[in-house]
Amino acid sequence: MSEIIRKRNANTKMVPVPSQSIIPERDIDKMPVLECKHLGIDFGGLTAVEDFNLIIGKTEIAGLIGPNGAGKTTVFNLLTKVYEPTRGSAMINGIDMHGMDTVAASRHGIARTFQNIRLFSNMTVEENVRIGLHNQVRYSMASGILRLPSYWKKEKQQHEKALELLSIFGMQDMGDVQAGSLPYGAQRRLEIVRALATNPSLLLLDEPAAGMNPHETQELMDNIIRIRDQFQIAVMLIEHDMNLVMGICEGICVLNYGKIIAKGTAEEIQRNPVVIEAYLGKQNGKNGGKEAAEA
Amino acid sequence: MVFLSNLVNGISLGSIYAVIALGYTMVYGIAKMLNFAHGDVIMVGAYVAFCAMQYWGFPPLLALLAAMAVCTVLGITIESLAYRPLRQAASLAVLITAIGMSYLLQNLALLIWGANPKSFPSGALALPTLNLFGGRLTISGVTLLSILANLAIMLALTTFISRTKMGKAMRCVSEDRGAAELMGINVNLTISVTFAIGSALAAVAGVLLCSAYPVLMPTTGSMPGIKAFTAAVFGGIGSIPGAMIGGILLGVIEILGKAYISTELGDAIVFAVLIIVLLFRPTGLLGKPIREKV
Amino acid sequence: MNAKRKKLLYNSVTFGIVILAFLLCNAFYGEMSRSLRGQLIPICCWIVMAVSLNLVVGISGELSLGHAGFMSLGAFSGIVVSGWLLNGFGMENETLRLILAIVAGGLVSGVFGVLIGIPVLRLRGDYLAIVTLAFGEIIRNVMNCVYASVEGQSLSLGFLNPNLPGKLLLNGPNGAVSVGKIATFTAGFLLVLGTLIVVLNLINSRIGRAIMATRDNRIAAESVGINVTKYKMIAFVTAAVLAGMAGALYGLNYSTLIPGKFKFDQSINVLVFVVLGGIGNTLGSVLSATVLTMLPELLREFSDYRMLVYAVLLIAMMLITNTPASRAFFNNLKGLFRRKELHQAVRASQAPQETGKGGKQG
Repeated sequence: MSEIIRKRNANTKMVPVPSQSIIPERDIDKMPVLECKHLGIDFGGLTAVEDFNLIIGKTEIAGLIGPNGAGKTTVFNLLTKVYEPTRGSAMINGIDMHGMDTVAASRHGIARTFQNIRLFSNMTVEENVRIGLHNQVRYSMASGILRLPSYWKKEKQQHEKALELLSIFGMQDMGDVQAGSLPYGAQRRLEIVRALATNPSLLLLDEPAAGMNPHETQELMDNIIRIRDQFQIAVMLIEHDMNLVMGICEGICVLNYGKIIAKGTAEEIQRNPVVIEAYLGKQNGKNGGKEAAEA
Repeated sequence: MVFLSNLVNGISLGSIYAVIALGYTMVYGIAKMLNFAHGDVIMVGAYVAFCAMQYWGFPPLLALLAAMAVCTVLGITIESLAYRPLRQAASLAVLITAIGMSYLLQNLALLIWGANPKSFPSGALALPTLNLFGGRLTISGVTLLSILANLAIMLALTTFISRTKMGKAMRCVSEDRGAAELMGINVNLTISVTFAIGSALAAVAGVLLCSAYPVLMPTTGSMPGIKAFTAAVFGGIGSIPGAMIGGILLGVIEILGKAYISTELGDAIVFAVLIIVLLFRPTGLLGKPIREKV
Repeated sequence: MNAKRKKLLYNSVTFGIVILAFLLCNAFYGEMSRSLRGQLIPICCWIVMAVSLNLVVGISGELSLGHAGFMSLGAFSGIVVSGWLLNGFGMENETLRLILAIVAGGLVSGVFGVLIGIPVLRLRGDYLAIVTLAFGEIIRNVMNCVYASVEGQSLSLGFLNPNLPGKLLLNGPNGAVSVGKIATFTAGFLLVLGTLIVVLNLINSRIGRAIMATRDNRIAAESVGINVTKYKMIAFVTAAVLAGMAGALYGLNYSTLIPGKFKFDQSINVLVFVVLGGIGNTLGSVLSATVLTMLPELLREFSDYRMLVYAVLLIAMMLITNTPASRAFFNNLKGLFRRKELHQAVRASQAPQETGKGGKQG
């Protein structure tokens, strides 16, 4: 009997329980917005993300960086439940996300933008934001069809809320413009507004500065900080522009081949030899590599 | 013995479905579109063979070749005029166009050949009937021919796809049209050849179908066409052995369902199979799953 | 003109045209030919069919090829309910019977809409279309095997079993015989009006925007918390209910009706109305359903070539609206007006930010 038990125990694979994480000091007495433990996913035989442990503070701006194909967007897809993780767990505001779908993830406070912009491009800017407000300003189908007083009241409320959100990026006058005809940078900004409309507690931005010029990027950095301050939410962003990441991210997490290879503040990451090697080894000429190496 | 003869009838009908399904599965697998008009190409093929034998006095084999030639040209024409301009369009638009094409062919046939059903010369092929178990089980020549033709076509197609350069091009286009184009593969030509082969097979199917069920009308092809699509989905769309297995299984299910459940509900049973397969195994028996990229 | 005003104008024009047409028809009822008068109620039915199918195809973006199936369900349940009320309860009031029959048609069709929608809406694209076609054919096949009769106050239904007690209302493949023709043009007009109110108000509401969001970008819609299946279901079932009501009205306009009337061809017919009216355009659906239903009656020569012409138009319409070359042409036409609007808006939005920035730096 005792022999069998010993054998079983000998086969158990031991893993370190949540590896060390950092959050901003101001958030220490608040529940962290996101807590990932051993999160991982396999596609067939390929392990895309493995042992992803991360805690994000209530009002933290976190960065997720790494070379192309490191699994950054897959992490976003795991958090928004586009994929069900093979292993591990994620908690949003202390609630286990196991078994949730994308819609539930959104209702529990996760909002995201997409690497390749996904707007409702045939609809107007305001309609895009109103769709983001879908679960925030509600009325019944009967009320909508019969045009009951609640319809008029809530529609007005939606309109005002949409304009208010658009004004973050100074887009309040563009409400009637077709979203697909906006310039590229404005489309990225609209996607952020739409995500904000869902009243998130964690905003996931997938390469928000891609395709933006330095001036626009600068403005975006100011705006991300402003959004965090105004809405008191956490932001996690994937970005290749190291100026943006090092400029606004408080905690940074570096992913390579689906694994976290470093976590820390901007300064720590810039000095970390493992990160420098990962970037220089793979992506020699790139901006990010140089930045990391110089530091 | 009744069951056995039903089974043989089912396999015979299923073989015809399988030939049609081969055309569907190739076009769907390579051009990524549901060619709704495929069933009506069958009808055109049958009419051409009918005219060739009845009016021009062609021998059956020559009539079949004539039908195949006409259908090949028809298939290529349809593809280049109606489907090619819509390569980049939404699947909704392509499907509506294909439905329009199906109706166009039906109504052109109605104008040319009239609404009255033509009786296809069933004896034209003059094949011997096989008697088994002392005459208690008879297998008609058409049945045998359908099964043999089906096997031959499947073998030929599999060889073509796996061994020839054009076959390789087809597999490339099926996997990733954009990448294939960058590698210097002529995508338009490849898709045209696909349609040509699919339509030639449709002509064969049309002759087989009308030899077994000798009533020829402008709407003859539409129902077998839809059922053959069901067969293609059943076997796994894009898979050549899948189309054959799906076709035969569907034929057997239809005949047995008509015999043992209800004659009126034969079609309903076939469509119920489609629905069940799509819900529980959308990739079919032999298909591969596809993951959507986010 | 802003987007809100445009919508208001569009809705007013739609309702205006329908109401005006009704008044004109009533005013000139005496001068109409008999065949045209006979067309009035069917026209109303086909308008409702087209507008409801447009809700599925145009607004929720899924091709449904079995819409005639719902019409069939509505027609036969409407006929059964009407016959039951008349023979079982001696209800002579035709208006009341018609209303109850239409409601019953809508309910039965709606219930089947839910049952069919659950499996169908798990699929996408071509597969979804082909499964709706399959369901349409299954409905037709099954309706061929349904028998119904009324004896006293009790209604008996039989499947593949014509031996039912009392007066037969549904007779399998022979369909409904000696139906009381109680449909009226006014009822048809009211049904059209009701359909337009439901569909247009739905489109311009939170629910309608969610439905359109699932059509335009499924993944983005899910990411903002919209349950895609739920909203596609709302569109699908609403359309089924409306089609069922149209079916009940249609069925009660003829003295006999066979299940074979609602073949796949009828579904395609309605699809032709939707496509030629402009996919997603409710007013277009109304107009094309009206014109294309009347045309074969007005032009006898046309009716021989009707399906041929439809087929050509269907293909032409798709080629014109979906090929890159023609798209570019239409965008250029529209763009002349739109681009100006956009530039003004962009300039207006950039101006305050620019100065704000300058202030900060200074």
